[in-house]
Amino acid sequence: MGCNSSIQYEDRKSEKAIKAAVLIQNWYRGYKSRLELRRRQAMNIFESIEYADEQDQLQLANFFSFMLENYTTNNKDSSESLSQLFVNTTKRKLEPETFIRNINVPDTYYGPRLKFPLTFSDVILLIDAFKENQILHARYVLQLLQEVKKVLQQLPNIVPVTSTLSKDLTICGDIHGKLDDLFLIFYKNGLPSGNNRYIFNGDFVDRGQNSMEVLMVLFSFLLVYPSDVYLNRGNHEDYLMNMRYGFTKEIMQKYKEHGGKILRFLEEVYTWLPIGTIIDEKILVIHGGIAENTDLNILKQIKRNKMKSVLMPPITHSGVNLKYGHHDLPLSSISAIDQLSKIEWEQMVNILWSDPRSKKGCHLNTSRGGGCYFGPDVTTNVLDKFALKMIIRSHECKPEGYDICHDGKIITVFSASNYYEEGSNRGAYIKLGQDNVPRFFQYQSNHITQGKTLHERVDIVESAAFKILGERMISRQSSLIKAFHKYDPNNTGKISVRDWAKATEEVLELSLPWLSLCPRVVKMIENGYVLYEMGFKDMPVVKAPQEAKSATIETLVRYRSDLKIIFNIIDRDQSGLISMDEFRAMWKLFSSHYNIDIEDAHVDQLANSMDLNKDGSIDFNEFLTAFDVVHRLDRNSVKSQN
Amino acid sequence: MRLQEIQKKIKDAFEVFDHESNDTVDVREIGTIIRSLGCCPSEGELHDLIAEDLLSQVSSRMVEEEEPTGYIRLEKFLPMMVKVLLERRYRPIPEDLLLQAFEVLDSAKEGFLTKEELVKYMTEEGEPFTQEEMEEMLSAALDPETNTIQYRDYLAMMVIDEN
Repeated sequence: MGCNSSIQYEDRKSEKAIKAAVLIQNWYRGYKSRLELRRRQAMNIFESIEYADEQDQLQLANFFSFMLENYTTNNKDSSESLSQLFVNTTKRKLEPETFIRNINVPDTYYGPRLKFPLTFSDVILLIDAFKENQILHARYVLQLLQEVKKVLQQLPNIVPVTSTLSKDLTICGDIHGKLDDLFLIFYKNGLPSGNNRYIFNGDFVDRGQNSMEVLMVLFSFLLVYPSDVYLNRGNHEDYLMNMRYGFTKEIMQKYKEHGGKILRFLEEVYTWLPIGTIIDEKILVIHGGIAENTDLNILKQIKRNKMKSVLMPPITHSGVNLKYGHHDLPLSSISAIDQLSKIEWEQMVNILWSDPRSKKGCHLNTSRGGGCYFGPDVTTNVLDKFALKMIIRSHECKPEGYDICHDGKIITVFSASNYYEEGSNRGAYIKLGQDNVPRFFQYQSNHITQGKTLHERVDIVESAAFKILGERMISRQSSLIKAFHKYDPNNTGKISVRDWAKATEEVLELSLPWLSLCPRVVKMIENGYVLYEMGFKDMPVVKAPQEAKSATIETLVRYRSDLKIIFNIIDRDQSGLISMDEFRAMWKLFSSHYNIDIEDAHVDQLANSMDLNKDGSIDFNEFLTAFDVVHRLDRNSVKSQN
Repeated sequence: MRLQEIQKKIKDAFEVFDHESNDTVDVREIGTIIRSLGCCPSEGELHDLIAEDLLSQVSSRMVEEEEPTGYIRLEKFLPMMVKVLLERRYRPIPEDLLLQAFEVLDSAKEGFLTKEELVKYMTEEGEPFTQEEMEEMLSAALDPETNTIQYRDYLAMMVIDEN
């Protein structure tokens, strides 16, 4: 009897314990979910701004076409040399081999000294050096690029791979200069070798801090194991994209003397990257996606190296209106240069830029401004037409590093963890096992957020998202105020939250939940009305010179990247300087095409007052940096430095 | 809270996971959505909710595993969730009840749990945590010097965090 009651007591006790455990687990999962919601909201902000940026590129592409169209035939003066620059931008000569070999590597250089042909131990030396934050000397970079070009030129557009039981096959997605992710993959999955084959599916560079090192590691493995390492071109393997998204800046910072040469070589090497791989004739691996008219037969025989940049579409002089994205390109009287036909161009852009969606059919990819949204029916049709089983692609950041859609026929793999910000997402890679069934492996490189709680990590992602949202708002501030006034005809200084949301979405062209974001973004809300004249919370400021008018400031913040690209193209010798004449001519063209209402004289004045006119030349980087955006937290730290 | 406000709150949470802006979300995200609206269903209650109320009219495939697949439409989710909120089902757990729960697990009545005790309960009893969930809880709850969970302090901190 004593035993019974003690057993009962024990049962009741453990029953209580189980109930208590469930309670705590419940509560914790609720807490986690609320944090997850905030993280996803932040990611949505990042994503819509990223895609809006990509759309802005269309305007730039139009501008280039506009330049070529208007200034080759008519003008004889300095503008002609401007357009010549655009035309000739693809014809810049590369340094000959002998010159590269004679680049001196000083004794003070303690980094790796590569010998060609490369061996496995060279690559190990390289990896160790990069782990110590060393920079590979420009001469070896150039030699490596030279050798890689030779290898790539031998490859077809779509490289066939045959899987074998004795060799592993791993597929990685976007890396975007995250060297620690690449090393994490190698740590978990082993270095590439004859028995450990890898496909890297594009977007090796841009955004991360170590695009150069990532590229060097991937390229050197390609040289050592040319039959076991496969590199596909992504939409960021594009010299004009690099100008916008950070790789060009990284190169110029790390290689002050030879950066220009490296950039020119890269331009070429990119164009020789194959556009895809095909495994056992069944699995297609491409960076972006497909469209309903995707034709492997066309893709296989394109001269792929003619595609220099997505921002330089082919121009014809036929009577037919060319389209790029959803815009009409102006007719041109330029004769066909070394460029792809319109059909070939479209085929390639779709492969590099398209995204799968659940909606049926093929629609223009309005978020990115290039490529398509393709539905499950398009996938089925294309796969059937070419007897394929599935497509593995990358191009989109996924919270878990990978995603499966279209009934298992489309797999997305994305290998840059913490892509938008520390804690934003995991990275993943795929291993193909027997019968080519994919297995997924995830990771997240964590060295900054190590030791931080979930709550702190979400805080970091969230404040980063609101930071760039603030940047976007400040660059369109006057348009926003104008739009608010429209909804406030009696000048009361307030508009309903509903109207505020409508106006903001119209001006910023970002489809975000503005009704919910409102209290986070504006300073004062009273009874459901936004006092819009009180301004925005935590807006960044632009540290601009006093003489600059607010319209000028806004323009320069908004079009910073475009201007950087344009100036870079004109600056043929990459000296950082262009002539004042070229600057003025460029500004005139730019402001007329982009419909900017700023007097040319004002810009001139600015350049002079900022003492940027150095004997008839202007340092355009200094000019643009003078209009940098500074955030509240950064401001505090800057203050303390003084 | 007025009906309109409740509906808006639900739509906002739903929207966050509606990646294609077509009023559908992946069923695997439903748990997160429901919980982020302040409800605390157990895993079992969640599974029943999805199976009974949400999946019956959705074009989906129940695969051999227990995990349901498919998409949930807003027009189906909204009325169900409104009902859940109006009926105050799966209410969040009040702080004092949570404290009691920790005290139950604290068999030695010392005012703290050892790391091993907490891990054992959370990963072996009830609706067990995944390793990831366990690590995440520990990162905030564990006092690294003593290797214990001072649960009173932990709860107090969490309450502040949430507000």
